[in-house]
Amino acid sequence: MAILGSINPLLTVGLDGDNAWRLADYVKRGGYTALRGILAEKVPPGVVVDKVKKSVLRGRGGAGFPTGLKWSFMPNYLPVEKYVVCNSDEGEPGTFKDRDILRFNPHAVIEGMVIAGYAVGASRGYNYIHGEIWEVYKRFEEALDEARAAGLIGKDIQGSGFDFELFAHHGYGAYICGEESALLNSIEGKKGQPRFKPPFPASFGLYGKPTTINNTETFASVPFVLNIGPEAYLEAGKPNNGGTKLFSVSGHVNRPGNYEVPLGTPFSTLLEMAGGVRGGRQLKACIPGGSSAPVLPAQVVMDCTMDYDSISKAGSMLGSGAVIVMDETTCMVKALERLSYFYYEESCGQCTPCREGTNWLYQIIHRIEHGLGRPDDLDLLRSVTTNIMGRTICALGDAASMPVQSFIKHFQDEFAYHIEHKKCLVPPEIQRAGSGFFKATF
Amino acid sequence: MLSTESLQKIDREIAKYPPGQRQSAVMAALAIAQEELGWLPSEAIEFVGNYLEMTPIAAYEVANFYNMYNLKPVGKHKLTVCTNLPCMLSGGVDAAEYLKSKLGIEFNETTPDGKFTLKEGECMGACGDAPVMLVDNHRMCCCMQPEQIDKLLSELE
Repeated sequence: MAILGSINPLLTVGLDGDNAWRLADYVKRGGYTALRGILAEKVPPGVVVDKVKKSVLRGRGGAGFPTGLKWSFMPNYLPVEKYVVCNSDEGEPGTFKDRDILRFNPHAVIEGMVIAGYAVGASRGYNYIHGEIWEVYKRFEEALDEARAAGLIGKDIQGSGFDFELFAHHGYGAYICGEESALLNSIEGKKGQPRFKPPFPASFGLYGKPTTINNTETFASVPFVLNIGPEAYLEAGKPNNGGTKLFSVSGHVNRPGNYEVPLGTPFSTLLEMAGGVRGGRQLKACIPGGSSAPVLPAQVVMDCTMDYDSISKAGSMLGSGAVIVMDETTCMVKALERLSYFYYEESCGQCTPCREGTNWLYQIIHRIEHGLGRPDDLDLLRSVTTNIMGRTICALGDAASMPVQSFIKHFQDEFAYHIEHKKCLVPPEIQRAGSGFFKATF
Repeated sequence: MLSTESLQKIDREIAKYPPGQRQSAVMAALAIAQEELGWLPSEAIEFVGNYLEMTPIAAYEVANFYNMYNLKPVGKHKLTVCTNLPCMLSGGVDAAEYLKSKLGIEFNETTPDGKFTLKEGECMGACGDAPVMLVDNHRMCCCMQPEQIDKLLSELE
C-alpha cells in the first residue's frame, strides 16, 4: 500500500484491504451510485457537464485545465462516433499516483470514464496504460471484465439504452505518449509523435473523431464530484482549485509515497506527512510538480501551498503533483544532468529545436558536471533553452528547458563553482550517503 | 512465424479496436511476438506488419520507437534499472552500479553465460518505491537495496 496518508480524503477512502480494487468492494464504498443515478434519472448530459464545471475539477495530469470546460468542447450534436480516452501513461519523473489509483481503485476510473462517455456522447473508450506497469494493466483488464459482467460497461448499460465499450491499451515505453496527441497516434498504431494543434482532440482526435482525453486521477475524481455535489467538491479544496489531490512525494523524505490532501494544503504539512527530510537533514530544493516543473529553493517552497495558483505564483507549476524533495546532499548539477539526459533520450525527434536542443543541453551540463565546463556555458545553456521554447509542436521542448533555466537561476553559484573548480560543491561521499543505498550515515 | 497461442492473443487485441483499425493492435502484437521469441528479429516485425495489414516499415517504425522492444537478442532475463532523478536521489544509480559490479557487465551488455542483460531505464512511474527495477518487462521490483538485489539474482533461474 503506497497511499501513506491523507487529510479529508475522497479518492483513497477505504482502500486498505487486499480486495479494495474489486467491484464488490467498490460498490460497498458507494461506487457506481453516481453512474446508476444518472442513467436511472436520465439526467441530461449537459447537466453532468455543468456539474463538473461547477466543481472546478482541474486536469490532474499536469496542465490543470478545467475538466468540465474540456468536456463542453465536444460536439455533442454531431452524429459521429466519439471517444473518451484516459491518459494513464504516467512517466513524468516523480509521478506515481495513477499507478496506485489503478492498483487500488480501478473502478473509480472506469465509472468516471463511463460518466464522461455519457456526458460527451461517446460510445467507446480506451485507457492507455504506461508500459512499465504490466501487473497494473492486467489488473485493470480484470476490473473491466468485472464491470462488463455486471452490465456497467457494454451495450444498454443498466437498461438505459446507453452503450459504452471500454478497453485498455498497453504502452511500451515512451514518455512522449503522455502528450495527448502522441498518445492518440500511439493508439492508432503509429509512432507516438505529437500532432499539430489545432485541431484539438475535441474536434479531431482518435481516428480523426471527436475525443475527450483526461488523466486517470481526473476520471477517478468524477464519481466523487457527483456524489458529494460540485459545491462540496469545490469547498474540499480552495477557490479555483476544487477538491483533493494525490501528491506523489519522492526523493529525500523518510516516507516517500502518495498522499491525498485538499488543494491548498501547505507544502510544509505535506512534507511533515511524508516524515520530513531524511535523516533530519536540511531541505535544499523541491520540484513541486514533476520533473518538467521549475525547481524551487527551500525557502520559496516552504511558503507555498499545494495548489495550482500558489505554485504558479512562486514561479513553478503544480503539474502532476509529483513532489521531488532534494536535501543538502544533492549536487544540483548532477541532478540537472540526469534530467537533461532524460529529455534528450525521450525527445521524439520530430522538431529540430527539441531533437538537437535537448542533446546540446545534455552535452553542456554533462561537461560541466565532469569538470570540463567553460566560462560561457551558462549563457550558452540559456541561449539554447530560449531557442527551443515555443518553437516545437508539443511541450516537451519547454519541459526540457524549464528545469535548466530554473536550476541555473536558483543555484547559479553551484554551477559557477563546478565550472571554475572542476568539481562539485557537495563532496561525492556526502552525495553518496544521501541516497541511503548503502545505509551510510551523514 | 508465431505460435497459434500468440496469434490468438493478437486476435484478442485486434478485437478491442473498431473494424478497419487492425493497426491499433501493433504495439500489443509486437509485445506478444517478443514474449514468444525473446526479441524482435526483422522477420517477426515484418510478419506482424503483414498480419495487421500495415506496411512492414510502419511496423518497424513502431518497434524502433518504443524502448521496451528488444531489437537485438537479450539474455534470459532483462533487468532494467531506473536511474532517473527521483530514483537517483534514493539509490537508483547506486543500485545500477551494484548490479554492474555483481554481474560484471555495463548497461546494454549481457553476461557471458547469457543469463542477464542490463538496461538503464527511464521513469517507470514508481518513484516512491525507489530503487526500482523491471524484470523481463513484466515484473516490477521495488525498494531494491543490496540484500533484495542479491535475493532477486539468486531467484532468477
